[in-house]
Amino acid sequence: MNDVKEKIRNFDDLLTRLDEIEELDEETLLARARDLAPELLRLGEITLHFWIIARGGVPTKAKKEGFSILALHRQGAKGEPSFNACRESCRETVYQYNVIMQGDDDGQILRSLRLLVMVVRHLALFISGKLQVAGLGDFCCASKPIRQKDKDMSEMVRQA
Amino acid sequence: MNKKFDKVAYYPGCALEGTAQSYDRSTKAIGDKLGLKTVELENWNCCGAMEVKNIDPKLQTYLSARNLSIAQDMGFDKVMAPCNGCYHNLKKAEYDLKNDEGSREVVERLSGKAGHTTYEAGKVETIHALDWIKDSVGEEGIRDKVRDGLKGLKIANYYGCMYTRPRHIFPEKDQGEGSESTHKPHYMDDLLAAAGAENVEYPLKTACCGGAHTLSDSDTSTRLVLNLLQGAQACGADVIATECPTCHTGLEMHQVRAEKVFGKKTSVKILYFTQLLGLAMGVSPRKLGLQENFSDAMPLLKEKGII
Repeated sequence: MNDVKEKIRNFDDLLTRLDEIEELDEETLLARARDLAPELLRLGEITLHFWIIARGGVPTKAKKEGFSILALHRQGAKGEPSFNACRESCRETVYQYNVIMQGDDDGQILRSLRLLVMVVRHLALFISGKLQVAGLGDFCCASKPIRQKDKDMSEMVRQA
Repeated sequence: MNKKFDKVAYYPGCALEGTAQSYDRSTKAIGDKLGLKTVELENWNCCGAMEVKNIDPKLQTYLSARNLSIAQDMGFDKVMAPCNGCYHNLKKAEYDLKNDEGSREVVERLSGKAGHTTYEAGKVETIHALDWIKDSVGEEGIRDKVRDGLKGLKIANYYGCMYTRPRHIFPEKDQGEGSESTHKPHYMDDLLAAAGAENVEYPLKTACCGGAHTLSDSDTSTRLVLNLLQGAQACGADVIATECPTCHTGLEMHQVRAEKVFGKKTSVKILYFTQLLGLAMGVSPRKLGLQENFSDAMPLLKEKGII
């Protein structure tokens, strides 16, 4: 699985790979389901690596509930509650991965593979968006003001 | 029927008097059908939305607390807010007043200046329109009133973020069987299934739509919304059901923008869950404000035999 990271240097590479997987026909998807699910999980982890590295951190090698992606999410959300906007996407990634790896119903496996692609894509879109616009998720998911640094304005209101 | 919800104070908030009038009208219409009464808060004010919260979060807590104090003065211990933003802010005010001395001090001082009752945490419970229906009449109450139903309609339920995040301001959620879940909310799914709809498995039901950045950083929002729309279609949905005016407007607006800017057309329709429940109970599309939606669902609903 290390080669996945070598091929994925940025979000464009990652989104392109997701498109390639999505375009595979049903027969190929089913035949390769148990290779594709770990790859998709790995792509989810890589999106979190991008976030952590961009903020000057070193991605943890720890696991949470048996999964790196959950430990990486926790690391990424430290001091950044708005990052919890993608907490459910990380958990959903694990859930769909488990369904594929444990399942024996072809229909369900196929469905979960498609859902997994969507969830990982959303994770990548959210994190790439948040790297451009730091406030994404602040107002809603962290219930924090978007412009918390406008102290002068805040003080003005307080004194009114 | 659960008596505690048969008459509640109603806080529409600004969106339901503006861009989301159809959500306001459809909420009232299904309340009438289900025998649930709402009494609008007298002289209510903005919940602080994002504008005030951006400048001073404690001032936002005060504004939300003032609405809760009005409910208290009117003799209500429940206030129902259909807008996720209002619901979230009222819940946050409740949490802050319970846990933050600074917020209590600001609310007390400003309430005294304004000359109204100072709201004390724990006096009024804020509920969402979903709680109101689910916990009063429930699925059985819906089934009893359904006339034509939503049979044949496949729905992806989209809850957005402010209904469940941050988790600590919603202490009543995640309380085991029957309670709402912050990870996989299901109240809207339950009610629409009772009305005959087929809910599809939708893994993006609480995923970010760009929300507050919908105008300031449109491309990020459009990409996120496009994935939500394409995801719903890939799950087999005909319709995305919403329960928040911000989500609803964002989905509609960026559906149009995704086609214009990125050339990506999606056909899934976007309807408030109250509009869908109203249709199932035989309320006319006009009364439910369907003509006000950007996304024209009428041909689909006709094709499915729902109208």
